[in-house]
Amino acid sequence: MTKQEKATAYWKENIKYLFILLTIWFLVSYGAGILFKEALDSIKIGGFKLGFWFAQQGSMYVFVVLIFVYVRIMNKLDKKYGYED
Amino acid sequence: MKISLLLLEAISVQNWTYILVGLTFALYIGIAIWSRAGSTREFYVAGGGVSPLANGMATAADWMSAASFISMAGIISFAGYDGAVYLMGWTGGYVLLALLLAPYLRKFGKFTVPDFIGDRYYSNTARIVAVFCALIVSFTYVAGQMRGVGIVFSRFLEVDINTGVILGMLIVLFYAVLGGMKGITYTQVAQYCVLIFAFMVPAIFISLQMTGNPIPQLGFGSTLSDGSGTYLLDKLDGLSTELGFAEYTQGSKSVIDVFAITLALMVGTAGLPHVIVRFFTVKNVKDARKSAGIALLLIVILYTTAPAVSVFARTNLIETVSNKEYANVPEWFKKWEKTGLIIFDDKNSDGLIQYVANKDQNELTVDNDIMVLANPEIAKLPNWVIALVAAGGLAAALSTAAGLLLVISSSVSHDLIKKIINPKISEKGELVAARLSAVGAVCVAGYFGINPPGFVAAVVALAFGLAAASFFPAIILGIFYKRMNKEGAIAGMVVGIVSMLFYMMKYKLGWFDEVLPDKSEWWFGISPEGFGTIAMILNFIVSITIMKFTPEPPKNVQAMVEKIRIPSGATKATGH
Repeated sequence: MTKQEKATAYWKENIKYLFILLTIWFLVSYGAGILFKEALDSIKIGGFKLGFWFAQQGSMYVFVVLIFVYVRIMNKLDKKYGYED
Repeated sequence: MKISLLLLEAISVQNWTYILVGLTFALYIGIAIWSRAGSTREFYVAGGGVSPLANGMATAADWMSAASFISMAGIISFAGYDGAVYLMGWTGGYVLLALLLAPYLRKFGKFTVPDFIGDRYYSNTARIVAVFCALIVSFTYVAGQMRGVGIVFSRFLEVDINTGVILGMLIVLFYAVLGGMKGITYTQVAQYCVLIFAFMVPAIFISLQMTGNPIPQLGFGSTLSDGSGTYLLDKLDGLSTELGFAEYTQGSKSVIDVFAITLALMVGTAGLPHVIVRFFTVKNVKDARKSAGIALLLIVILYTTAPAVSVFARTNLIETVSNKEYANVPEWFKKWEKTGLIIFDDKNSDGLIQYVANKDQNELTVDNDIMVLANPEIAKLPNWVIALVAAGGLAAALSTAAGLLLVISSSVSHDLIKKIINPKISEKGELVAARLSAVGAVCVAGYFGINPPGFVAAVVALAFGLAAASFFPAIILGIFYKRMNKEGAIAGMVVGIVSMLFYMMKYKLGWFDEVLPDKSEWWFGISPEGFGTIAMILNFIVSITIMKFTPEPPKNVQAMVEKIRIPSGATKATGH
């Protein structure tokens, strides 16, 4: 691979991961917490209605996990392409 | 041991407040002296070698303002489900920040956000537009913080609000001017510890009291500890509907408005200059990603506790006052009545407190802020816990104010003076200019804190909309769209911020009509708080359309975009 090809391949993989992670980001907050909140509320876990729980608790836990997953994926990707410092 | 415990109990709330606030302030000043800045690099980006953990803590403190600490739980308490817009909005933005902005801006390796806009769009016009946006966003935000400092001082130390603001100004002045970003970073680390401890201690106490579960995040989904087996949330839903309010776990805002507000807050968070600039202070791209994760983790500790506090406080409030005799209300009620934050008006003169949704029959008005400030008293917690809340509130307000002041001063000394007015200024000269602009910024912020224009409180929340409408698209397109040129970006930023300002003045401040236009006139049913989303979309559309009809950016700029996409080889941040 030339330097240019390597950079392009790295960027493509990066975009793919961003797309997947941001889809999850959208689904837990705007999906479960807002658009489908009403429907999910019929399910109850302990004292929490599920839609309400996603809006006020669950989405935030998922956000944290998403960033740390991203950190791991990117560290691996950097290594694969020899871009780590 | 017994005697010392008795002594502890004998100390009044007032004295505890003096002790705790005094100790924390001494700590901040000590750190400021230890970490004073000797170069512009230290002043703007703390030397560029801050560890991810320290940067994460500093970012969290920078981010969580007096509004997060004092007001948010109260607002959620009265808004129920709708409060989720703040919870998701003010945390979800970090995902965008970590994935779409922070790593690339760190690789770019300059001091400020206008630096990036100016270089990426090879234009001083773009730089000036960005400086202008940064100043509008930061000033609306910081005025609210100084006011917050004044209010906390006045309530807990019983000085008047203006004295409180001046005290706060002096403290911030001392460590921001002396230490710059370096001083601010390490004081913010200390302030994070103070504020999270102060927020969690009362929450854990109350969760134990009400549900027997020490973890508030679980407690508010548990059953009550009175042995009835009822879930706390079900009980609160029941109490709310009984009094005519909406069910707590249901909202009253429309789905589209909740959606728009959440998005505006998320994108605004990712576009706030004082948050972005924190990621210029770490060593490399890897650390920038990691510290975004740590920052969010530390923020989420408070943000997942807040909705629990809201539920505890609302339930406690209803149970303590609803249909109770006014003559027998607890001491805290009278105390906060004096401050005007609780107002009781016995409309039907029956001596009972009617707290209901119907405006004509309701006799009780409770300010949002009470829910955190008075919560420990309502739950009868020890004096030192009550005083701790004051120290925590001050830590939250001061850390955010300091971060914003640094953005303002670097916008003036670096982006305007060094980059546009006098590029030949020496390193020493620029450092003096930076310190002088910090002094100037503190004075302006203090002035607004003492003489708040009526609209400050109303527009603080809109600072996010302004950031979403201006910076976010320009930065994202600058990184992810190589073809984006200066014509497109400048037009987009101008249209974005102008349309947001227009909507805010028309529908929030009512400057263009005799009376404030009614909700029914909102475009697509979207409130001014949510309009940042629309203005951001406008920005994107305008940027891309204009770009199509104008020349592509020069080759060296395109090469720069390719370079920031590769994480390795991030050099230390420089001003050149």
